[in-house]
Amino acid sequence: MSSVLESHLLEVRDLEVKFALRTGDITAIDNVSFTLDRGERLGLVGESGAGKSVTGFSIINLISKPGFISRGSIHFEGNKISDFSDTQMRTIRGNRIAMIFQDPMMTLNPVFTIGYQMIETLQAHQNISKEKARAIALEKLKKVQIPSPEERLDQYPHELSGGMRQRIIIAISLLADPAIIIADEPTTALDVTIQAEIMDLLQELCEIENMGLILITHDLGVVAQVTEKIAVMYAGKIIEFGPTDQVVANPTHPYTIGLIGSIPGSTLPGEELRQIPGMMPTLTNIPPGCAFNPRCELRETICTRETPLLEKKQNGIMAACHMK
Amino acid sequence: MKTKLQKFKESYFLYAFKRDRVAMASFIVLVIFLILAITAPWISPMNPYDAENIDIMNSEIPPMWMADGSSEFILGTDNMGRDMLSTMFYGLRTSIIIGLGAVALQAFIGVVLGLSAGYLGGKTDAILMRIADIQFSFPYLIMAIFIAAIFQVAFGVGSYERLAVPLLTIIIGLSNWPIFARTIRASVMGEKNKEYVEAARVIGFPKFTIMFRHVLPNSLTSVMVIFTIQVASAVQSEAALSFLGFGMPVTRPSLGSLIRAGQEFIFSGSWWITIFPGLWLVIFVLVINLLGDWLRDVLNPKLYKG
Amino acid sequence: MAVSKFGKIENHMFAFIIRRIIQALLVMMIISLVGFAIKNKIGDPVRDLVGERVTPGERAEIADNMGLNDPFLIQYVRFVKHAVKGDLGRSFLYNKPALEVIIKHAPATIELLIGSALIIILVSLPLGVYSALKPRSLLSRFTMSFSTLGVSMPVFFTAILLIYLFAVNLQVLPSYGRGETVDLFGNGYWNTGFLTIDGLKHLILPCISLSSIMLPLFIRLIRSEMMEVLETEYIKYAWAKGLSPARVWLIHAFKNTLLPVVTVFGVQMGLTFAFTILTELVFQWQGMGFMFLEAVQRADTSLLVAYLVVVGSVFVLVNTIVDILYGFINPTVRIAGTK
Repeated sequence: MSSVLESHLLEVRDLEVKFALRTGDITAIDNVSFTLDRGERLGLVGESGAGKSVTGFSIINLISKPGFISRGSIHFEGNKISDFSDTQMRTIRGNRIAMIFQDPMMTLNPVFTIGYQMIETLQAHQNISKEKARAIALEKLKKVQIPSPEERLDQYPHELSGGMRQRIIIAISLLADPAIIIADEPTTALDVTIQAEIMDLLQELCEIENMGLILITHDLGVVAQVTEKIAVMYAGKIIEFGPTDQVVANPTHPYTIGLIGSIPGSTLPGEELRQIPGMMPTLTNIPPGCAFNPRCELRETICTRETPLLEKKQNGIMAACHMK
Repeated sequence: MKTKLQKFKESYFLYAFKRDRVAMASFIVLVIFLILAITAPWISPMNPYDAENIDIMNSEIPPMWMADGSSEFILGTDNMGRDMLSTMFYGLRTSIIIGLGAVALQAFIGVVLGLSAGYLGGKTDAILMRIADIQFSFPYLIMAIFIAAIFQVAFGVGSYERLAVPLLTIIIGLSNWPIFARTIRASVMGEKNKEYVEAARVIGFPKFTIMFRHVLPNSLTSVMVIFTIQVASAVQSEAALSFLGFGMPVTRPSLGSLIRAGQEFIFSGSWWITIFPGLWLVIFVLVINLLGDWLRDVLNPKLYKG
Repeated sequence: MAVSKFGKIENHMFAFIIRRIIQALLVMMIISLVGFAIKNKIGDPVRDLVGERVTPGERAEIADNMGLNDPFLIQYVRFVKHAVKGDLGRSFLYNKPALEVIIKHAPATIELLIGSALIIILVSLPLGVYSALKPRSLLSRFTMSFSTLGVSMPVFFTAILLIYLFAVNLQVLPSYGRGETVDLFGNGYWNTGFLTIDGLKHLILPCISLSSIMLPLFIRLIRSEMMEVLETEYIKYAWAKGLSPARVWLIHAFKNTLLPVVTVFGVQMGLTFAFTILTELVFQWQGMGFMFLEAVQRADTSLLVAYLVVVGSVFVLVNTIVDILYGFINPTVRIAGTK
């Protein structure tokens, strides 16, 4: 039979998320689609406000009110989780799909010990004794290479350094042996020296445990190193999608070209740093046609009228541009 | 260039005010209260402070709508024969005078000290804030009651009562200035590092000029919000002090003293002597609080908690 | 590395404690000075000791013997020496040592405080948490509207209204006094009203009045604190971990809300103490407040000064202990020295 749907671990189809404001609904992300399989690492790249975090949160249905999924579907392990009730979603969150937030100091509750926060996560999803949970917690702490894990369990978040806290967050995400980790700007709040360590750790763990990774970040350098596929987002839409090495080497969409070009490392010493003129529009000010058109060198009339759709371009990349 | 009045008319402030019915209603009621208080000597049926007008034979007459009531005394009379309505007007007047006076004193002390502490920093700040902290560690009402008690024992009841209004103003004024000091200090510390202060310093203005003419006006918003709360608190403190017997004397009662005098009469059936002044006081404080709430929300939703 | 870090904290902590204690002692000295000045200038220690029926000649002699003609400072030091030993003078009114009178009146006030604290905790916690979780519900909006009314009503008026309703009209509760009390320790020092039905009945209206002005404050405080906590990243993370709503709200959010609330509770208890004076007057409740008012009225200076010194010292003591404890919990306080 033809039309056998490839079954992926995670499949996001035509996702649209809106925010219901008193003045009307505004679209935060529009027509977002991608898939993820076990062991695959996907990067979701874009500036602040492009919609990447919203996409990440919508997978586990944790969008802050007044946001809601207005269209599209999310399938995970064969189930349509976008239709799940909150009680059902709770069996997924922290269990099958784990999430890592940006600032570990703000993420860990300051009034509870590390051990407490780890054990409760396990006990929320499994019928397990405290001792057993503690043992698993220890095991995960060792996996993230934290020194003296026994002591850490009884310490409070403020007693530890930023890098250690993020390792603990990663350990927490590993507790229930999830299939996917969503990492939302995991290294942005850390010192530069620690950032590389944490990213290496994350990548290694995903390889060893065969977990899927969705890495949400604005840091192109990190994405280039860690991920296999990359989706570039702009003003709520995916405007370029493809294998990471291809997109980085041969960016197609003018925005992506600008982004890659603006990485300080790509400029020769003495050259001026390259920038894309203008700013990404806010959600309420998206221009008609292609959202990038006001800043685009290749702009033609059609760009101001018709919104381009993702189409196959060369090198296995899909891009949403009329001109390329 | 718009005039100040035009600017005000178009401001968000007025807009928010007109939209909030509770705020508008409270404001109207407050204005009515203020007018009643100011015009009390002219609109009251009688002057309750003047012994000539009072006839003990008129005591404990119920309100007009009850049996035995009389249209001469709309809300009845108290145990001395005074008209309730008049006494309530005069009592309100006294409460407002003391309340505003006390808060003005609090604000004056608090602003001067807080401004100095915040702007001058260093030792001045440390010492002044220590003093404020220490006083703050005692509840303001305790301070007021203790100071009042000491004054009364020192001056004797007679002198105390004669000087009641200024004494009460001073007592309540002294008891709660730290809150002004702290608030303005916080605000000043924020303003201190702004460019206009730097500019003024560079121009060569003396410290005190910068403090009072430049920094103070910009820190006033925070003070405005507390001002309303403090007036409500001062009025209630005065009522409490009067109720305890440390306030206005029986011959020139404020609302608190009226409630005190009337308490025993609820057992004998003349409930109006204590209930009416009480309700009057509650409504007055309520509208001030409602306006204060609204003001706080409009000026800065996160400025003041609880 | 960890050792020196610990050592540094210890030093900070030590310095902090010493500073706080010195501050406390200074304040106590000021209080005692003020108290003594009052006693000296206004009081009549001779009368306190021997009553009023003495000749002027005898008075002068007694005054001299008591050292009343000594310089101010010497008398002050004497006063402090006696105070530290527990001798705060003699109450003219009760003809007993002032301290003893105060201690005997204290339990009545303490029981009022306990009763109203219980009411505050039992009512404000559930209502506050509920209005934070479901701010738009009818109960929440009702509660919030009433809270502004609550803080606008003077404690004594609420008390009078309650008496009017329950004692005069409905006649189900008593209108004054403590009712039947039980001598807890058998020595007359603590008569409790909690152990008899009659005693409890007498406690109801006063405790409700006393808590009436604090309840709205706490409900509002708990609600706003909790609402803030609910917006934090760590609560969002708790949801992301898949924890149940009960756990997120009642354990994570709640514990974080409690900390600031508890600090406020302590401070507000001080204000509640001030309100007990008012409440005791309305209900003719024989506690410390009532005693204080009598002392003022009858110009029993010794008792009045003793009361001021005792109450002042208790406040200083409690504040110092709380500050030090707080310093243990919150490291940033130790270095700065103030809140």
